[in-house]
Amino acid sequence: MSQTATHHDHGTATQGHDAHGHDSHGHGHHEEPGFIKKYLWSTDHKMIAQQYMWTGVAMALIGGYLAYAFRMQLAFPGKFIPAYGYMSSLQYNTAVTNHGTIMIFWFAMPVLIAAFGNFLIPLMIGCDDMVFPRINRLSYQVFLLSAIILIASFLVPGGGFNGAWTAYPPLSGNSEYNMAHWGSTLWVLAVALEFVAFLLGGINFITTAMNSRAPGMRLWDMPLVVWMIVIASILFMASVGPLIAGAVMLLFDQNFGTFFFAPERGGDPVLWQHLFWFFGHPEVYVVLLPAMGMSGDIIATFSRKKLFAYKTLLYTVFGTGIISFFVWAHHQFIAGIDPRMANIFTVTTLIISVPIAEMCFLFIATLYGGSITLTVPMLWGLAFVGEFLLGGVTGIFLGASGADIFFHDSYFVVAHFHYTFVPIAIIGFFMGFTYWSPKMFGLMLDETLGKIHFWITIVGFNMIFIPLFFTGLWGDHRRIYNYNNFSELARPELQDLRIIATVGLLIMISAQVFFVINLVKSYFVTKKKAGDNPWKANTLEWQCPSPPPHGNFATMPNVYRGPYEYSLPERESDFWPQNEPPAA
Amino acid sequence: MKFWEVVMPDGNSDPPSPPPSPPTQTPQRRRPLVDSAVLGTLAFIGTELMFFTGLLSAYNIARARVPASIWPPPDQPRLPVEATAFNSVLLVLSGVLVLAAVEALKRDKKFALPTAVVGWLLGAAFVALQGREWADLLSQGMRMQSSTHASFFYLIVGTHALHAIGALAPMAWVIGRMATKTATVGQLRAAQVFWAFVVLVWPVVYVMVYL
Ligand code: HEM
Ligand SMILES: [Cu+2]
Repeated sequence: MSQTATHHDHGTATQGHDAHGHDSHGHGHHEEPGFIKKYLWSTDHKMIAQQYMWTGVAMALIGGYLAYAFRMQLAFPGKFIPAYGYMSSLQYNTAVTNHGTIMIFWFAMPVLIAAFGNFLIPLMIGCDDMVFPRINRLSYQVFLLSAIILIASFLVPGGGFNGAWTAYPPLSGNSEYNMAHWGSTLWVLAVALEFVAFLLGGINFITTAMNSRAPGMRLWDMPLVVWMIVIASILFMASVGPLIAGAVMLLFDQNFGTFFFAPERGGDPVLWQHLFWFFGHPEVYVVLLPAMGMSGDIIATFSRKKLFAYKTLLYTVFGTGIISFFVWAHHQFIAGIDPRMANIFTVTTLIISVPIAEMCFLFIATLYGGSITLTVPMLWGLAFVGEFLLGGVTGIFLGASGADIFFHDSYFVVAHFHYTFVPIAIIGFFMGFTYWSPKMFGLMLDETLGKIHFWITIVGFNMIFIPLFFTGLWGDHRRIYNYNNFSELARPELQDLRIIATVGLLIMISAQVFFVINLVKSYFVTKKKAGDNPWKANTLEWQCPSPPPHGNFATMPNVYRGPYEYSLPERESDFWPQNEPPAA
Repeated sequence: MKFWEVVMPDGNSDPPSPPPSPPTQTPQRRRPLVDSAVLGTLAFIGTELMFFTGLLSAYNIARARVPASIWPPPDQPRLPVEATAFNSVLLVLSGVLVLAAVEALKRDKKFALPTAVVGWLLGAAFVALQGREWADLLSQGMRMQSSTHASFFYLIVGTHALHAIGALAPMAWVIGRMATKTATVGQLRAAQVFWAFVVLVWPVVYVMVYL
């Protein structure tokens, strides 16, 4: 491939272009694109990253609004909900279903993998764009379409899908049961399209990381987060096939009168659970790994220390990736699987906790003895490790099949996976955003506002989910819209905990006001320039202008060393950019 | 004092990194091990492989749940095992020819184009003959809703047919470029790799579904 040569003029031409703004039409094919071309039809990986990010954030607002609505219903059952109204049982089910679906597939995935993957991979490996820019653009367009279809599914007759984000048949397969014929079909369609979008994205991430690295950059010189996003893409692509197969079968059951999953006609509903969780469990690592990668990179930068045991960490991740394909049936412990099978899956589930714990320990070892600064991104990065730990540890309880007979489908499970997903998706988004936004927009965020935002968010988050561990232990079953209908659960002690959780949510939502104020203040009022490398980090994305111009690098970088050469005793400056030539 | 001015305490347990390699004068070329188009296709094929694995596992699980005497149900038409075996041979031949076309194009041989064309036609013939088989079965009253067996049959074979069509279409485009001498080996290789997947997955489908 003779890419390098062309990349050079790419970079330099756009350099000038960037400086002159609108009157720079003479630069060959690098004309100032119109609005549509620039924002909607762009093939620039940085623009696509932003499209993914802001679409994901917008979807998260919808998902958060749904959470607000059903948490209010749970705290004050049957009461009027401000900005929502009264909530029926059907509406409740629709709200939880789409909350889960949106947060995982339309927020965690697009933001962590697609947005940060698109933004970071080309910059961090020192090339000008993805290998297949047009496939990349198509990926976002398909994703946007899928989001629109999902939103449209709320508006069709019968309302949105209400069979939970796991869509278990027969409830999901038969509109006589779920009363949302169009809603359930559109839901499956939207999810399927979303998978297509991530397939296209994944192909790009893998190929780009393999084939477009800057000269001199070995695989072992790639920053952790690049590795993690690539491995996550591989896991996604390897696990999604069976779910697509299941989704097609479900679609046929819903619309063409087949009965793959319909027990009353000889179908097998548990088959869906296997197809779903064969994907579903690797999927949790698909979103986990990018967040882990970000936090590792951030912790190394702000400890001014080499990431502890980088290679060991990567081997651990490869292992985790493989094991993640052999744990899925821990979601079916009470679905009637053979107890001998349950034993096997208990063992694999307990085994997979080991590498996850190891990653956390390696991050702690990175911190040990470092010169730590608690910047806002560092706070988020540390909070990620601490909070995720709680999620991981409670997962071990659930993985023991005996204990899970009691825990299954209780609020303990709900609290467990929110202690994994909230750190991943929400904390992950904020740590990535606060760390890389100086590069994205060229402007620094306000540290004080950032810290206020951080602390209130974290307090709110824990206030929601710690009580839910206890309600779960006391027997609160999930997916119940009004506990007053169950005398043994309608106890005031339990209700108090439910109210505390809802108040926690309100706190967490209010905290986001500080984030918005921070954005407005930093980007429209103070406008403090970030410079190329505000954190004094080594990786290549910090060695190009902020924001990077079209084509990214003025001269394409050569790489001489790994990403974590901090605080070397023989050097005066405590960092050593990957592309800085060694002294002759 | 700024944080990056802090001197490392002794706690750093990592050994200092080995001396970096000497600087290179000119930037080295990026030399990918595998052409990007091929690598992207391979990644996609990985997903596809798992997709078919999912379908076929579901099929085998469903089949294992019922006695062999009612799979397929006795009142349903039999699948045309021999005719399909013939079609399968066409498909495999097509796969071989397209592979040969890539090798020929690599060596700049004249017969690359006709080989690719014949390979493509054989592939198209496979799809057409399978389509006729479907029409026959439908006219004999085998519907997708007739039985789980029939549902799986149409689902799996139909999925394979869609893949065959989806592989033949871009291959036609590459062959068109071969005719004008603008096709690259990488492009034909990418089309061929995906076609090889379609060809190789078929015998597995045939053995599991037809036999
Ligand atoms: C140490 C690793 C982990 C272990 C051992 C573990 C174990 C488990 C087990 C056994 C269940 C089934 C509980 C039940 O339904 O009765 C479960 C549920 C769940 N876990 Fe984890 N988990 C781990 C990490 C994660 C991560 C990293 C995520 C997300 C990123 C996650 C997300 C979920 C979700 C979403 C569910 C509930 C699914 C549902 O029924 O809706 N888990 N976990
Ligand atoms: Cu799981």
